[in-house]
Amino acid sequence: MLTLIKGGRVIDPGNLDSIMDILIEDGKIVEVGGQRSEVGSQSSKLKAQSSKLKVIDASGKIVTPGLIDMHVHFREPGHEYKETIKTGCMAAAFGGFTAVCTMPNTNPVNDNSQVTEYILKKAGLADLVRVYPVAAISPGLQGKGLCEYGDLKDAGAIAVSDDGNPVTDSQLMRRALEYAKGFDLLVISHCEDLDLAGCGAMNEGAVATRMGLAGIPNASESIAVMRDIALCELTGARLHIAHVSTTESVRAIRNAKKRGALVTAETAPHYFTLTEDAVEGYNTNAKMNPPLRSMQDREAVLEGLSDGTIDVIATDHAPHSSIEKDVEFDLAANGIIGLETSVSLSLKLVEKGVITIADLIAKMSTNPARILGLDFGIKKGKPADITIIDPDITYKVDAAGFQSLSRNTPFDGWDMKGRAVLTMVGGKVVFGR
Amino acid sequence: MQFAKKDILDMESLSVDEIALILDTAQQMKEISKRPVKKVPTLRGKTIVLFFYEPSTRTRTSFDIAAKRLSADSISISGSASSLIKGETLVDTARNLEAMNPDVIVMRHFRAGASHMLAKIVRTSIINAGDGMHAHPTQSLLDLMTVRENKGKISGLRVAIIGDISHSRVARSNIIGFIKMGADVVLAGPPTMIPKGIEILGASVTYSVNDAVCNADVVMMLRIQKERQNSFLFPTEREYAMVYGLTMQKMKHAKKDVLIMHPGPINRGVEIAPEVADGPYSIIIDQVTNGVAVRMALLYLTAGGARNVDAD
Repeated sequence: MLTLIKGGRVIDPGNLDSIMDILIEDGKIVEVGGQRSEVGSQSSKLKAQSSKLKVIDASGKIVTPGLIDMHVHFREPGHEYKETIKTGCMAAAFGGFTAVCTMPNTNPVNDNSQVTEYILKKAGLADLVRVYPVAAISPGLQGKGLCEYGDLKDAGAIAVSDDGNPVTDSQLMRRALEYAKGFDLLVISHCEDLDLAGCGAMNEGAVATRMGLAGIPNASESIAVMRDIALCELTGARLHIAHVSTTESVRAIRNAKKRGALVTAETAPHYFTLTEDAVEGYNTNAKMNPPLRSMQDREAVLEGLSDGTIDVIATDHAPHSSIEKDVEFDLAANGIIGLETSVSLSLKLVEKGVITIADLIAKMSTNPARILGLDFGIKKGKPADITIIDPDITYKVDAAGFQSLSRNTPFDGWDMKGRAVLTMVGGKVVFGR
Repeated sequence: MQFAKKDILDMESLSVDEIALILDTAQQMKEISKRPVKKVPTLRGKTIVLFFYEPSTRTRTSFDIAAKRLSADSISISGSASSLIKGETLVDTARNLEAMNPDVIVMRHFRAGASHMLAKIVRTSIINAGDGMHAHPTQSLLDLMTVRENKGKISGLRVAIIGDISHSRVARSNIIGFIKMGADVVLAGPPTMIPKGIEILGASVTYSVNDAVCNADVVMMLRIQKERQNSFLFPTEREYAMVYGLTMQKMKHAKKDVLIMHPGPINRGVEIAPEVADGPYSIIIDQVTNGVAVRMALLYLTAGGARNVDAD
């Protein structure tokens, strides 16, 4: 079976950016070239097999290496009413993602190879996008010891993280970084000083004070960012900092990178799109951890994206049902879904001139691939994981029509411009509109 | 002026005219409580639910007496007796209450925004009797009434609010209420108890109780919750009383006609010395009396009683 993606603007950051055709055979990219080159109608192979050729017209669209969301929560096993691996994969495909990294805070926790294998088995049955399980740093996310990273890596774990339950013990965090280094396993850190965050429900500041909600100060994040950078430099291990939300964190990461620390960082669309004002009216769909911050912090995150301090845009897709969200603000669960709005929100950055389209694709595809050690790209011989984005299509977000089982998004009803229109994994179209 | 609000949720959402109407109505209501027969038929046939998730003696009793003086039927539900402990959500409890057609639900809850949430869901009028650290509008209204009664005005007065501003819904509602009615508000307390960004509400901040008391027309002390000692807000009650408590010594800096207020219940010898609480400038007990009048006014205005209370 041959597929030809024809006439799109092919962008593989630092590699390609021009109108090209891509020929795909047996799930792999077999030829990439300009329209006047061999890949066009001149190709002898095409002529010979033209009856079996499937042509995807990508003219006016952007063709990119498959997008990777390296921070999602699929709730299986344990909370399948919020999201299953299958519905999560459907949401990912719908949003233009060909691969996702699933966080370990399932029930049971993904802290042993059996759970990792279970997740991969379910992902295989869904047969949509690639699922790379992130295993726990410590058994039960309890921060008391090390999981079996060797066994976990063999089973298919791509990284370790105690996401949501940050490791408070600095000695354990040091050992985790050191031990993971032996398997070249990435450590992803959710940076939060739990004591300082206290019982806070939103960003500390005037809005929280007026609303009578306990605040979470910026320092509760940056203290942990600075500690983990210190441990990263101490151990020489690779560290990836999840969902950066504050000015001070961006600054600390920028300085660490200048010193040559092996640190990378991600932020989520809500941190560069919204501020704490979104909580107004006790909106639980604006409640997440870290919380939405001030205007100044949002600016700092934008700057971090623009100057390359922040390598990755990841959604922290966190499905919750009305059971967790239609309650008093203090009691509501943290997190929002993001897979199905991420591309559109990120494209706004390009429209505003914060980053270029090539930067955006780097942050949503090639950077996460590099950080995770995955081998993709628009190149002969690579798996045909490809996303096609229509940058001009306009639409209104309708959460009711989402593939995700959950509806907890603050972006319902937003006017958007640009979205993924086709998602191809290993040569197979898993989503197309 | 017609009162058009469905709910009384916080001081922010009340206009100056609405506040004035409530205070004027309360002043009329106060007279009823002085009659030998303290009851008018104004709200006969109306049902008031007193829905108190968080324990309260003063506020609940005040609302209950207010409802009964207007001949409404009042029903009390407490957090421990409600379906809450059986695992029902607040939203479900509210919908069930609404289905029984009460006219007003008076709600106290220990979480900020709880009454806002309820008001969005049910058609019944909601009166917020305190939600977490957020708002306590009926307290603010009775404080405004008490100050106006004693000073003849609110505008132009200097009001000092002293204590744990961070955790106080009374402070938040009074900052907004007094500033809205034209007063200047100064806040004082240890820096651990002054929340970030509070200046945005228009109040000034000092860490010196003497500075706050000096030139104040009204000094409002806030209750220190002893359990807060565990969150490192202050070292000991002894030191708190010495540095931030209102003592006779600190009263020397005050104006001769200063008013001393406290939303209660007071910790004698902690935030306020007994001599000050019981002294000639204290209007703490007047506040409680006016609490009934303000709540009668609010029930009357929201439950849509007869046009004229004096018509009986």
